[in-house]
Amino acid sequence: MPYNSLVLSITTFIYGLAGVLYIFAWIFRKPVAGRLATWVTIIAFVANTFGILLRWVESYQLHSGYGYAPLSNLYESLVFFGWTIGAIYLWVEYRYQNKTIGAFAVPLAFLAMAYASLSPDKSIQPLIPALQSNWLIAHVITCFLGYAAFAVAFAVSIMYLIKSGDEKRTGTHAGLRMPAATVLDDITHKMVMFGFLFLTVGIITGAVWAKQAWTRYWSWDPKETWSLITWFIYAALLHFRMMRGWRGKRIAVISIIGFIAVLFTYFGVNFLLSGLHSYA
Amino acid sequence: MQDRKDESTGPNNWLADYIDAWWRFLASVKLSVVLLLCLAALSIIGTVVPQNLTGQEYVRIYGLFWTQMIVVLDLDNMYQSWWFRALLLLLVVNIVICSVDRLQTSWKTIFVRHPKFDLAAFRKRQRRTEFDVDGSAAALQQPFERLVGKSFRYRKVEPTDGGYAITAEKGRWTRLGVYAVHLSVILMLLGGLIGSRFGFEGFVAIPEGDTADTIQLHGSGQRLKLPFAIRCDAFAVEFYEGTRRPKVYRSQLTIIEDGREVLQQEIEVNHPLYHQRIGIFQSSYGRADDRARPAVAPAAPSTEVALTFRSEASGMVYTRTAAIGQPIDIPENLGRLVLERYEAEADFRGMDLGPAYIATLTPVEGAPQAVILPMDYPKFDAMRRGEVVITVEGRGAEPQQERYYTGLQITYDPGVVVVYAGFVMMIVGCWVAFFMSHQRVVVEVTQRGKQCRVMVVGSANKNKSGMQDTTARMADRLADLANGREA
Ligand code: HEM
Repeated sequence: MPYNSLVLSITTFIYGLAGVLYIFAWIFRKPVAGRLATWVTIIAFVANTFGILLRWVESYQLHSGYGYAPLSNLYESLVFFGWTIGAIYLWVEYRYQNKTIGAFAVPLAFLAMAYASLSPDKSIQPLIPALQSNWLIAHVITCFLGYAAFAVAFAVSIMYLIKSGDEKRTGTHAGLRMPAATVLDDITHKMVMFGFLFLTVGIITGAVWAKQAWTRYWSWDPKETWSLITWFIYAALLHFRMMRGWRGKRIAVISIIGFIAVLFTYFGVNFLLSGLHSYA
Repeated sequence: MQDRKDESTGPNNWLADYIDAWWRFLASVKLSVVLLLCLAALSIIGTVVPQNLTGQEYVRIYGLFWTQMIVVLDLDNMYQSWWFRALLLLLVVNIVICSVDRLQTSWKTIFVRHPKFDLAAFRKRQRRTEFDVDGSAAALQQPFERLVGKSFRYRKVEPTDGGYAITAEKGRWTRLGVYAVHLSVILMLLGGLIGSRFGFEGFVAIPEGDTADTIQLHGSGQRLKLPFAIRCDAFAVEFYEGTRRPKVYRSQLTIIEDGREVLQQEIEVNHPLYHQRIGIFQSSYGRADDRARPAVAPAAPSTEVALTFRSEASGMVYTRTAAIGQPIDIPENLGRLVLERYEAEADFRGMDLGPAYIATLTPVEGAPQAVILPMDYPKFDAMRRGEVVITVEGRGAEPQQERYYTGLQITYDPGVVVVYAGFVMMIVGCWVAFFMSHQRVVVEVTQRGKQCRVMVVGSANKNKSGMQDTTARMADRLADLANGREA
């Protein structure tokens, strides 16, 4: 196994450990485990960064002229997805000083990395000419920052549904060691705005790249169309919020639906809609 | 609108009400949410039903009845169908009317010289900071003004009972952000419309050394003469070491107008050439001599093809020979394979695989599947991740020195500038709408005997909690300043 895959496999386990620690800290009320979880997440994130950089370097050592930024196939994008979730989660924890969110968000980073490690082909493949573009790099980075923000919004929306039910039952804001429902609602909204901006930039950079490489900025292929569907759903969410009284539960539900659309854009299109061929 | 409501009688009353009701419907955010969700839901259809196939192909997949439904509802070309376009048009109308409706009120807030501050309302706000300092109110005015002015550009001082109020604000223009976002949606749709109306897209293949000035249009297949001719001086393709994966391919082109050479440029994938706003894109290539042969007659080395099957379950490898059209059963009960045809330039997602057989694999359980068996990439079928990996015996030989042709996409799209303007506007507008706000603060100083009472209060149209922090920080700094002068 090349070193980068080894580092990235180890990263997967560290994210898994961090997720377990966050869940443990939350359920058994162990603040020490929570503090440890934060450090383990930071270590996982650093390892993730290192793995990506290593893969970048190794791509240059492999053969002459192979080198490229590792953002070009399913494996590499999943690894980068893990990285963006880690980055955005750490920011949210720092900003809101709450470790319960980690019990919901960090497992997503672990799942992305674990799914990546199931990829049958992790070898570095040289890029075909159409993929040799800086627009592609901008496209992948922005799309995945958007996806990761939506992933965190999804985690927080699930927390919202749990928390608001609890607040209704008990009549207090103190239960479950989660932030108050209104705060969770606010985090969801912030994450959706952030994600929407980046998804927008992602779709646009993708369009500019498609124009250069394939002569058309938009050709309604399933992947493009599904990213547009996702974009419509989140645009609807933002407008829902501006109609009076649309807060909380309904927003949380749309944010969950939106993330399902993200997952379908990312995986479903590859496996279900590619027509006769099922090559990944 | 107020006047309209007041006159309760009159012949035109019902008409006014009627128009008013429509206006409110078309300006509503509810309608836009419904439209956005409808567009999302309906777009799914076009990703499930394959687009732009022939009638026969639809009949084969869906049967006669559903094919008729598909044709009646335009589902075979759904994104260009009248009803999809009508929905987009409704979205545009919604956006325009909503924007006009809201601009009527926002305009006055945004474009005033001297914005009004409703001091009474500010004084009533919950989140305000108040503190007392010794000294006279008048002495504090200048330093306070200077400090407030550091972060708020617009400033005005109003006299009040027993003191004055410093009113300040910034970011009034950020209220325009959402209008930019909405306008950008219209620009993108408009640009798309201009492109499909006045632009064209076509293809031409030019063998090395040849000149062409006529292209074949996509869709209609009609031929179109360009206002200039293109000569392909040279074509070159480089492969990654030891593979047939192309690393780069490029054409040296000369543009000829009225017999004169006006431009010479090299193009490659991702680096097109524009002349007279017509784009020339490197899209494919091939051997000029292969193309000359009729496509149906296989240029394969022989009619008997040697195949190997590797079973994933047992790891066993079996070899068989087969002719085109003759079905063969794969050992270990792994299904049945029929070689359908040979292609000299098989294409997989835009990648040229070279010579390949296209076959249909029917597993014992499950639907038949098309598989590509390129002669130069023996491992290609492994990517399918099936139970069996199929290989066609390769030619093994390096491609000889042959004459290539270059495949060029030629497009003209006058709408692209409009679309790109929409892109920029969308990004900037979203940034402004999400992360910037119109902020106001009031610092009121009132003399109370030997002391002054200072009140600091702020408001913003977005991110209100952030504004509270800003206001609290400003109150701290003002207090420090006042106390510092005192000491
Ligand atoms: C593809 C179409 C559309 C997109 C991408 C879009 C996008 C946006 C965005 C990003 C915002 C800012 C949200 C925020 O500040 O959190 C916004 C606000 C808004 N949009 Fe849209 N929009 C679309 C269509 C429409 C339509 C058709 C209407 C018609 C009623 C509409 C009405 C509004 C209103 C009223 C606001 C709030 C403005 C304010 O805060 O004063 N939008 N839109």
